[in-house]
Amino acid sequence: MAECRGLGHSVQRKEDARFIRGQGRYIDDVKLPGMLYLDIARSPYAHAKITKIHEDTAMAVDGVAAVITGKTLEGFKLAWMPTLMSDQQMVLPVDTVKYQAQEVAAIVATSRYAAADGAAALEVDYDPLPVVVDPHEALKPGATKVRDDKESNHIFHWEHGDADGTDAALAGCDTVVEQHMHLPRIHVASIETCGCVASWNPVEGHLTLYLTTQAPHAIRTVVALVTAHLGLAEHKIRVISPDIGGGFGGKVPVYPGYVLATAASVVTGKPVKWIEDRSENLQADSFARDYHITAKLGSKDGKVTALKLDTVADHGYSDAAANPSKFPAGLYHIATGSYDLENAHVSVDGVYTNKPPGGIAYRCSFRVTEAVHAIERMVDLLARENGEDPADFRLRNFIKPEQFPYQSALGWEYDSGNYGAALEKAMDMIGYRELRAEQAEKRARGELMGVGISSFTEIVGAGPSKTFDILGIKMFDSAEIRIHPTGKAIARFGTKSQGQGHETTYAQIIAEELGIPPEDIQVEEGDTDTAPYGLGTYASRSTPTAGAAASIASRKIRDKARKIAAHLLEADEADLVWEQGKFHVKGSPDRAKTIQDIAFAAYTNHPQGMEAGLEAISYYDPPNLTFPFGSYICCVDIDRGTGQVRIRRFVAVDDCGVRINPMIVDGQIHGGLTMGIAPALLEEISYDADGNITGGNFMEYLVPTAMETPHWELGETVTPSPHHPIGAKGVGESATVGAPPAVVNAVVDALWHLGVRHMEIPMTPARVWDVLNEHGAAATR
Amino acid sequence: MIPPSFDYHAPDNLEEASRLLLANPEAKLLAGGHSLIPMMRFRLAEPAALVDLRKIPGLSGIREEGGSLCIGAMTRESELEKSDLVQSRYPLLADTTRVIADPVVRNLATVGGNVAHADPGNDHPATMLAYGASFVASGPSGQRTIAASDFFTGPFSTCLEDGEILTEIRVPEAGPGSGGAYQKFERKVGDYAVAAVAVQVQLDGGRIAGAGVALTNVGLTAIQAGAAEAALVGSDGGDAALDAAAQAAAAAADPTDDHRGSADYKRAVVRVLTHRAASSALARAREAS
Ligand SMILES: Cc1cc2nc3c(=O)[nH]c(=O)nc-3n(C[C@H](O)[C@H](O)[C@H](O)COP(=O)(O)OP(=O)(O)OC[C@H]3O[C@@H](n4cnc5c(N)ncnc54)[C@H](O)[C@@H]3O)c2cc1C
Repeated sequence: MAECRGLGHSVQRKEDARFIRGQGRYIDDVKLPGMLYLDIARSPYAHAKITKIHEDTAMAVDGVAAVITGKTLEGFKLAWMPTLMSDQQMVLPVDTVKYQAQEVAAIVATSRYAAADGAAALEVDYDPLPVVVDPHEALKPGATKVRDDKESNHIFHWEHGDADGTDAALAGCDTVVEQHMHLPRIHVASIETCGCVASWNPVEGHLTLYLTTQAPHAIRTVVALVTAHLGLAEHKIRVISPDIGGGFGGKVPVYPGYVLATAASVVTGKPVKWIEDRSENLQADSFARDYHITAKLGSKDGKVTALKLDTVADHGYSDAAANPSKFPAGLYHIATGSYDLENAHVSVDGVYTNKPPGGIAYRCSFRVTEAVHAIERMVDLLARENGEDPADFRLRNFIKPEQFPYQSALGWEYDSGNYGAALEKAMDMIGYRELRAEQAEKRARGELMGVGISSFTEIVGAGPSKTFDILGIKMFDSAEIRIHPTGKAIARFGTKSQGQGHETTYAQIIAEELGIPPEDIQVEEGDTDTAPYGLGTYASRSTPTAGAAASIASRKIRDKARKIAAHLLEADEADLVWEQGKFHVKGSPDRAKTIQDIAFAAYTNHPQGMEAGLEAISYYDPPNLTFPFGSYICCVDIDRGTGQVRIRRFVAVDDCGVRINPMIVDGQIHGGLTMGIAPALLEEISYDADGNITGGNFMEYLVPTAMETPHWELGETVTPSPHHPIGAKGVGESATVGAPPAVVNAVVDALWHLGVRHMEIPMTPARVWDVLNEHGAAATR
Repeated sequence: MIPPSFDYHAPDNLEEASRLLLANPEAKLLAGGHSLIPMMRFRLAEPAALVDLRKIPGLSGIREEGGSLCIGAMTRESELEKSDLVQSRYPLLADTTRVIADPVVRNLATVGGNVAHADPGNDHPATMLAYGASFVASGPSGQRTIAASDFFTGPFSTCLEDGEILTEIRVPEAGPGSGGAYQKFERKVGDYAVAAVAVQVQLDGGRIAGAGVALTNVGLTAIQAGAAEAALVGSDGGDAALDAAAQAAAAAADPTDDHRGSADYKRAVVRVLTHRAASSALARAREAS
């Protein structure tokens, strides 16, 4: 029998053959006969009244077939669409635009060029209105009101934890540190931008929607709900998510372009393609972060006791965050992190501003990055204030292995962890004490080097149905496995890979459970007509949910296989022993049937009274979330002349429980770390006082390349999840979440002796130089 | 990111190219296309026609002749990178090409296009000023040679006249005791400079007999820092001279505040980079003595 290569094998990725050979099929590869193209005219203003749209100016362009405006959509009650957070968002504005680059009109044409020319030719008259870009300003009385349909710019107040208890605990602390920090707007900047091909069949009344979406089923249901009044029903909607070139949370939302292409297809009776360009992607698609946090952390006798976070969240003109419905601030209340502390309170006030909507979980399980940034910065500050090395302070204050399952002050039950082991391993790998000695020498010579730690706790795998739903749909996920007569298999899932390697990872889980080699298992996702219902891939949930479903479905198949094996071996079921890939009769290892033999029998020789076939489905409702963790240590050198921060070394010790494909795990961490140092050093989307975007293209939005990326040194510890069928936890986001504060802590560490206590991100050379200059430490050569 | 439509011509001689330009005032020359095409995609430039230079023979190549290093206008950056002549004898030029954009862009981008585009963020203009290079242009009224110091008249503008085409760049031939260096500070690879400094020196005995210092992206055009050059010439290239030159270069810079940093910051960076470039140029010149 072929070796089954289940868990723990770095199997080559099954999907790579087509990706490497250019045979992937992405949205822009979808070409249908008679297809029309859609382009979008966008607002140059951040806030303005539209006084007139001169549709004739676009219609005059050769090849332009239609111009769609907010007024057109209003007739179909489609000018607004609901967001996941019970707010609403414009598909096209009927009278006012609320942010720069907002969609104003759609141009449908016979070629992509004609559509672009039409969008450029469209003349629109605007009356500019006052703009509010700063959320603190937006909260002041008399501030420009962003939304005409709301009373103020304050969207919501959310809080969690014991406010009075936390205040009292802070008052009783002997040491309290307080810090304000801003996690600026950033963008996922996936290499493939968003787009769709909508194909309406007027005869069948059927809509096929090829879509860059991380959650095809949820989208199908949303489309059905939003268009029910127009007569469209869920069985007449097929969503196909082809290969996706990076999602990172940015392909969870429904964008106006999708609705416009669909409307255009219904109106014209032809397939309509919309593919956004890079600038549109960066300027108008959902952003991430934009949390202004005021944090307080206190200790008594060197023991961390109380945390308080007050937060102003800039949501842009609509609350279109992609969170589970009951969590307006996502899982921000993981903020107590890796530390054993008894009192905590967090609050978030959501605010409207004249910016694009969003608040997506950019490679982060719903605001966990924000929480980790806050706690890891604060623990560093508190350690120093206590006169203790930040590593030693962490080691003393960590939740201890014997405390798991651990009940956090903010209500989570952490499944498993061994935080000290991970940090100690990272310290050994990087030579922490030696670096400290080197730093002391360098400091004496006037050179700037720093070492920063981040010991993060993640919370992923949303989630248990008692608390987790999106628009009422519970956040389970699914696997359906069918074993063919020849012992090969097809497995379909409710999730959708965007580069994570699901076709390989899922096949390995099934291989482990059933003993069928991964190459004999075809994995499919992304077509709502064939895949079982699921909530999709984001928030590192695929392995914790659909991966678990793969295990459970496999075990159901194994149960039936046992019956068939008993029949074939003429033995009692209870006397059969499972070893990977076959059953044998207890005591006679030679009397055995392989899973392939059994599969064949399931179709050719199954016991009388039993249904033929060998297949199973599982909708897995996770009993808890999983809590991956790790410790990262970053060592930086700073150029005193230019302010440039160079990452000399970066050690990342990750614990994601049992590793299914270690190579894929390493790849996830490599990519995540790169996306983690990016906001720390490079990336930001900002706005001037008039709401004009800066950072709206790749010349200004500085995505790191191989040249900016240090050599990653990875380590691991393995603390299985006690509740996941194979002990796995998610890993897709740990590094993005954990890395930024390690870099900030390293830079602040390098500058500590100058009196620097905090750095805002991104720590651009200009920003670092300003700090050096202020402290008389800038060099002239 | 889709340009409006345009006509396309690819003539095979300079005269025809000039004629097409004159006949069509809205036409633009196309070299490597890596400045022009992005502008067209953003619809910041909407030329009615492109006149592609790639089929015209004799416009590319690198050779030493008549006391100059002659670089054809259509020579790709990657050819400079691969040229032993440039790499061994023209370190300032070698430094410069290596920090322009990224390898993919450098496979197409041309030296002539870089100079003719006259983007204050382009790297070759300062290098050519520091070298004291000259440019050969060919047009309806024949051929002329223009000193780099006369060439750049403003942001994205040069003294080239209608129908004139840049054909060759001439850099004074490297002799014993010459050396140079380009120091560019960028936010990430492929970025235009926060600031960059080109320094070329000629040693005579232990002293600096000639110096060129020029700055990138800290003004409306590349800036020749005459006072910095003066601070170096006649000196022994010691720390005091370098400090004086660095301060003079910072004073010559005329930057503005933007997303790359404040004007003060950029001036400080010019000072630092001038010091570093001058030290490196001197070390190379000593090695070449
Ligand atoms: C991502 C990216 C990063 C970049 N980074 C840098 C950088 O860091 N530093 C840098 O210096 N450059 C950079 N560039 C610009 C690149 O080097 C350009 O290619 C160069 O500026 C222009 O050369 P070209 O051959 O592409 O010219 P084109 O784009 O073809 O032409 C540019 C302009 O010059 C005119 N022109 C071209 N050739 C001639 C000629 N022979 N006679 C008269 N006029 C002519 C054209 O009409 C046009 O107006 C970057 C470009 C990109 C796309």
